[in-house]
Amino acid sequence: MAGKGGIQRSFMTINANRTLQHYIDLIIVLTQKELKVRYKNSFFGYLWSIAHPLAFAFVFFIAFKIVVRIQIEDYALFLIAGLFPWQWFANSVNASPIIFLGNASIIKKVNFPRNLIVFTQVLQDMIHFILAVPVIILFLVMYDKTPSAGWLYGIPILLCIQFFMTYGICLVLASTNLFFRDLERLTFIITTLLFYFTPIIYTETMIPQRYQWLAYFNPLAPLIISWRNLFLNGIVDPALLVVSSGYAAAMFIAGYLVYKKLSWRFAEVL
Amino acid sequence: MSDPVIIFNDVSKSYPMYHHITGGIKNFIFHISKGIDSLKNKRYEVFRNISFAIEKGETFGIIGKNGAGKSTVLGLIARVLLPSDGKIEVDGRVSPLLELGAGFHPDLSGRENIMLNGVLMGLTRKDVEQRMEEIIDFSELQQFIDQPIRVYSSGMLARLGFSVIAHLDPDILLVDEILAVGDLEFQKKCIAKMEEFKKQGITIVFVSHSMANVEKICDRVMWIENHEARTIGDPGSTISRYTEEKQKAL
Ligand SMILES: Nc1ncnc2c1ncn2[C@@H]1O[C@H](COP(=O)(O)OP(=O)(O)OP(=O)(O)O)[C@@H](O)[C@H]1O
Ligand SMILES: [Mg+2]
Repeated sequence: MAGKGGIQRSFMTINANRTLQHYIDLIIVLTQKELKVRYKNSFFGYLWSIAHPLAFAFVFFIAFKIVVRIQIEDYALFLIAGLFPWQWFANSVNASPIIFLGNASIIKKVNFPRNLIVFTQVLQDMIHFILAVPVIILFLVMYDKTPSAGWLYGIPILLCIQFFMTYGICLVLASTNLFFRDLERLTFIITTLLFYFTPIIYTETMIPQRYQWLAYFNPLAPLIISWRNLFLNGIVDPALLVVSSGYAAAMFIAGYLVYKKLSWRFAEVL
Repeated sequence: MSDPVIIFNDVSKSYPMYHHITGGIKNFIFHISKGIDSLKNKRYEVFRNISFAIEKGETFGIIGKNGAGKSTVLGLIARVLLPSDGKIEVDGRVSPLLELGAGFHPDLSGRENIMLNGVLMGLTRKDVEQRMEEIIDFSELQQFIDQPIRVYSSGMLARLGFSVIAHLDPDILLVDEILAVGDLEFQKKCIAKMEEFKKQGITIVFVSHSMANVEKICDRVMWIENHEARTIGDPGSTISRYTEEKQKAL
């Protein structure tokens, strides 16, 4: 009878079958499924992803520009530049706790890399965000500005940072929610709080001096500030990039470790 | 002479009783001692120390009453579950067909489910596209194939499920209670397909409550009873002992 070699041999065959093409196909098929199930139609999915932050921008514009008369120029543009990346983050994170529950039947049935389900979710929200960039350009033009060359390297770098940060957080939430099933509401409360603690509807310089250091404990703050600087002025502050990359790496590693530790039990608890 | 592709070596499987914590974080914090206790101690043992080896090309049946652990054995072979103790070796690509309709998404059409399932089970999209028509033909569901499968009857789901796995070129096929809801004609078709697989040397693990079907296609049968493998042997005698005992119990 085969000894240890048998196990190794069998894992090898599995790995050999999981070629890159197969990974790509898994991601495509899972994305198509998600779009279909969530929005019934991918075009409406895109419309939603734009309409939602625009609606928020409208509300904040009324409340803060017209009523409170906040001293920020081009306030509508300012809002949009922070709300779109925020929307990507919040959509993915809020959906993550129930993501494995929603795919229970396939997780119980087939042994495939389950983290791909989370990966797909974050990727899909990222694509929606990328597709929303023309709306930001539209607002720039309305305020007599133009996109700058800095976008060419700035956008890919920030996309990468935000992707890994979001993916890590989503992996933690998706995995632990199988064991503690009330994370969904908790997550929603925390993302809502985080929204107001992140300089999206106000600038970081408006935070009172003695509280400004607190903003550094918010992993989203340096990222969102970078996005906005990039969209409005075409520049990114390297210090902010370093800080947010650090956060992204930490979140990604944490997410991966939690997933690794718990994933073999998924089929048992679903 | 022997070439086992599935080996169970003293395998035990127990499930944790997670209900204290699946109640949520709030629940866990309020009942923290109970919660930790349940994490550590309370486990439900489905079976212990089961050992067997399935040869390449063999059709292996598993029988036993509800809750005996038949589906659990298939989950272990598919590596969806891990054993609590013991060692399992599986060589080859496994096509699992666990409970009815599992792995299908109700809002997707039949066609989309075929694609999703095929890719999840290890094929590329191109592979699935090439076999799509063949799969649909086999299922005889042409009329309904573009409708969401939540409108399918349970027999239609079973047809779709079997049709997909029957066209995946697996090395090992896991079949769990799929025939029960199919009509007679489709049952016949499935049995015929499984006979064909046998001829091609595909290993099949077959779980069913239909003793007639088990006897017809299995080479060997394992009877799980009382958390143990009661017997592993030729279908005829195992099944007659099983049915005899069940009749006595009535
Ligand atoms: N995820 C789980 N968590 C806890 N217990 C479980 C889990 N899955 C199965 N069990 C328990 O393990 C035992 C075996 O279940 P299994 O599904 O393997 O039975 P089965 O032999 O397939 O039964 P059936 O003939 O009804 O299909 C049952 O008592 C069941 O309650
Ligand atoms: Mg079962």
